[in-house]
Amino acid sequence: MTGSHPVLTMTGISKSFPGVRALDNVDFRLFPGEVHALMGENGAGKSTLIKVLTGVYGTDQGTVTLADEQVSFTGPMQATAAGVSTVFQEVNLCTNLSVAENIFIGREPRRLGAVRWGEMRRQARALLARLDLDIDVNAQLGSYSLAVQQMVAIARAIDIKARVLVLDEPTSSLDAGEVAQLFRVMRQLRDDGIAILFVTHFLDQVYEIADRITVLRNGQLVGEYLTGELPQLGLVEKMIGKELRVLERLDEQPRRAATDRATGTPLLDVHELGRRSAVAPFSLTIHEGEVVGLAGLLGSGRTEVARLLFGADRADHGDVRVQGSPASLRTPVAAIGHGIGFCSENRRAEGIIAELSVRENIILAMQAARGWLRPIPRRRQDELVERYVRALSIRPADPELPVGNLSGGNQQKVLLARWLITEPRLLILDEPTRGIDIGAKTEIQRLVAQLSDGGMAVLFVSAELEEVLRLSHKIAVLRDREMVAQLTNDQDVDADRIMQSIAAGAGHEGVPS
Amino acid sequence: MSNRTAGYRALTTHRLFWPIVVLVVLLAANTVYRPGFLSVQMRDGHLYGSLIDILRLSAPLILVALGMTLVIATGGIDLSVGSLCAISGAIACLHISEQPDQNSVGGVLTALALGLGVALVLGAWNGVLVAVIGIQPIIATLILMVAGRGLAQLITEGQILTINSDPYKAIGVGHLLTLPLAIFIALAAALVVAAFTRRTALGLIIESVGGNAQASRLAGIRSARITFLVYVISAACAAVAGFMMTANVSSADGNAAGLWVELDAILAVVIGGTSLAGGRFSLGGTILGALLIQTLTTTVYAMNISPQTSLLFKAVVVIAVCLIQAPGFRARFARRRPSAAAPAPVTEQPKEQVPA
Repeated sequence: MTGSHPVLTMTGISKSFPGVRALDNVDFRLFPGEVHALMGENGAGKSTLIKVLTGVYGTDQGTVTLADEQVSFTGPMQATAAGVSTVFQEVNLCTNLSVAENIFIGREPRRLGAVRWGEMRRQARALLARLDLDIDVNAQLGSYSLAVQQMVAIARAIDIKARVLVLDEPTSSLDAGEVAQLFRVMRQLRDDGIAILFVTHFLDQVYEIADRITVLRNGQLVGEYLTGELPQLGLVEKMIGKELRVLERLDEQPRRAATDRATGTPLLDVHELGRRSAVAPFSLTIHEGEVVGLAGLLGSGRTEVARLLFGADRADHGDVRVQGSPASLRTPVAAIGHGIGFCSENRRAEGIIAELSVRENIILAMQAARGWLRPIPRRRQDELVERYVRALSIRPADPELPVGNLSGGNQQKVLLARWLITEPRLLILDEPTRGIDIGAKTEIQRLVAQLSDGGMAVLFVSAELEEVLRLSHKIAVLRDREMVAQLTNDQDVDADRIMQSIAAGAGHEGVPS
Repeated sequence: MSNRTAGYRALTTHRLFWPIVVLVVLLAANTVYRPGFLSVQMRDGHLYGSLIDILRLSAPLILVALGMTLVIATGGIDLSVGSLCAISGAIACLHISEQPDQNSVGGVLTALALGLGVALVLGAWNGVLVAVIGIQPIIATLILMVAGRGLAQLITEGQILTINSDPYKAIGVGHLLTLPLAIFIALAAALVVAAFTRRTALGLIIESVGGNAQASRLAGIRSARITFLVYVISAACAAVAGFMMTANVSSADGNAAGLWVELDAILAVVIGGTSLAGGRFSLGGTILGALLIQTLTTTVYAMNISPQTSLLFKAVVVIAVCLIQAPGFRARFARRRPSAAAPAPVTEQPKEQVPA
């Protein structure tokens, strides 16, 4: 397999967006009959590389060679016609149409302009048989599970003499059984000689199916490895870039010493809390004034844990105690009632209300808690808003500006202010520093330290280990949607230790499921 | 000069600038066609004139549109308001017709309470369908839009129910301080709704739910309650409008009362600058929109435009309003004619016409 000639070679690919160098001289090759995992953290350049390959983006530099022929696709349609098919993360099919219609939509077999339905169904059955999938091609796609829908998307993709199949996170919403089903199909296609480019965040899946791994980091190629020759820890290190981080940390302020904050009755004590197909049951305690960090790779279940603790998603398992007494966190309203606040990682969709003003956005949670019949007097609003606009240096400092006009960092600060004025006992911050400039980032980190010194508990979710290490008293490590370890952040804990926990994975600290 | 251009731009980009311009143009066209159009006379202690008529006739539409504004601000829509007008009017008339003395004020008040009560129940029905069961608003309220007509017909037993009650009639055609009572009722309703939304935090919360439902949920807003509430408010507004419509003609016609008023109301809301996608709403804009639509209807009658073409005429004006309100369309238009030399004094004028 490795001796053969690559079907696809990408050489010296560079791609810049305004202000960002998304890909910097990246090489990538793909052999026929292999599953090749493309790995990297958020912003590493995986999506950009795929989009360059499939012609969604053009390149600034570099060449793409497909079967010894230099190609330059101007769009996915053209790429598909040349044999490079892509199944994107979101299944972009029409669930209200039949299976056969979905496979042939836009290129139905026709005669004299009329669709040949019989022919279409026959071809659809043949294609699905190739994937070993026995389903009714006349049934509505929506009546099948996500895994089957995913495979219909694959059937649609490989229909036209595909030589390269790109699967962008096909397993992110599948359960274990469905993943196994998908892998069976992938192996079959691989054995048919199709080259599969597989993107996932699940380490176990990489080691289960991939023959070869290419790692990207910050838009640069880290390396290409045979799966058998790269241990899991090595992979995690290469994705996160440990050596680099160690150097960086020398310049940073010393990490906060672990204190004796974890004493007495915990503020929040959850036992075996979980939600099917989101995160396996986990137990966690958070004390007053304690910062608990959630570490793990993208898609490891960090956000899912945060959402369960706020009631944004409903847990279907486990129980919760707030200050020793049983409590329910079934809805955000209930969680807020227990003094919990939550800043979502998805600022735009789940945080700000873009057309409302900074002032209105800031007072929203407090106003919601009071109920609409008891409006916050305007003078008190102005006081509160002015205080926090100043304290968090929200810019521009105009409370009446629509919040949608502010930069990402300032929007994040508005959201922080929204919760801070409610004086929560526990503040859940999901990626509060993502996508904001370094200045705002440090300000937010300093604020978290201040708040916890003042007695507020903080659950701090971040993709950056460095940040988690610096701020947290305790670190919970997640991997493949399971909480695999909880570490007290003392001298023994460093990025290595956390990476080991991430890499070692399940079975390590036996989490029942 | 630059100051004046800046002022001009601020004025023309104001949300309600173009609806006001259209309203003024319509009034001007009427005046040209019929020079006495703007004159208002005092007769028997009452003011008379086309302007007064427009105000009086637009009162029911303003009422319905006020409730509709709140519904639309949450991202919903209420198609059942026309039927609700018919039902509440029919119930009030039925109760009055059963009184031994149709002129008794107590009887009329009970009738109003009954009509309003039933409307509130039906509004709660809409609210439950949308907020609790989660049916799409357009479908949920379509149920009552269709079924409500039948209900109104059942109440009037398929007849046109005529009453002879002076106190009830006053709601539609009575006068207060030389002006039609209906104007005061609409104005009072507008003030109540304004106070209800802007003096409490209801307005903010409605805009928040309509602007971003998911973010609102995560901020701890119980959006289902708010959604439920706006449908009830909308029904209450429709009920009062229904009283006015039936009082105007002293009879309840289950088939005709409030027919298509929901469409005019939606139009008034949109002309007033509230987005059908929900979010920020403007009660003042809605009132202006309702006045514009009523002026248009009056113009159609006043200019003797034949019934065959009147709907078409209305449609053309509405399309024009919508188009010039759309920034994209104006931008394209402006690019073709770069010399936008509209004299400033003309644009000052309409501002004074707003508080009608």
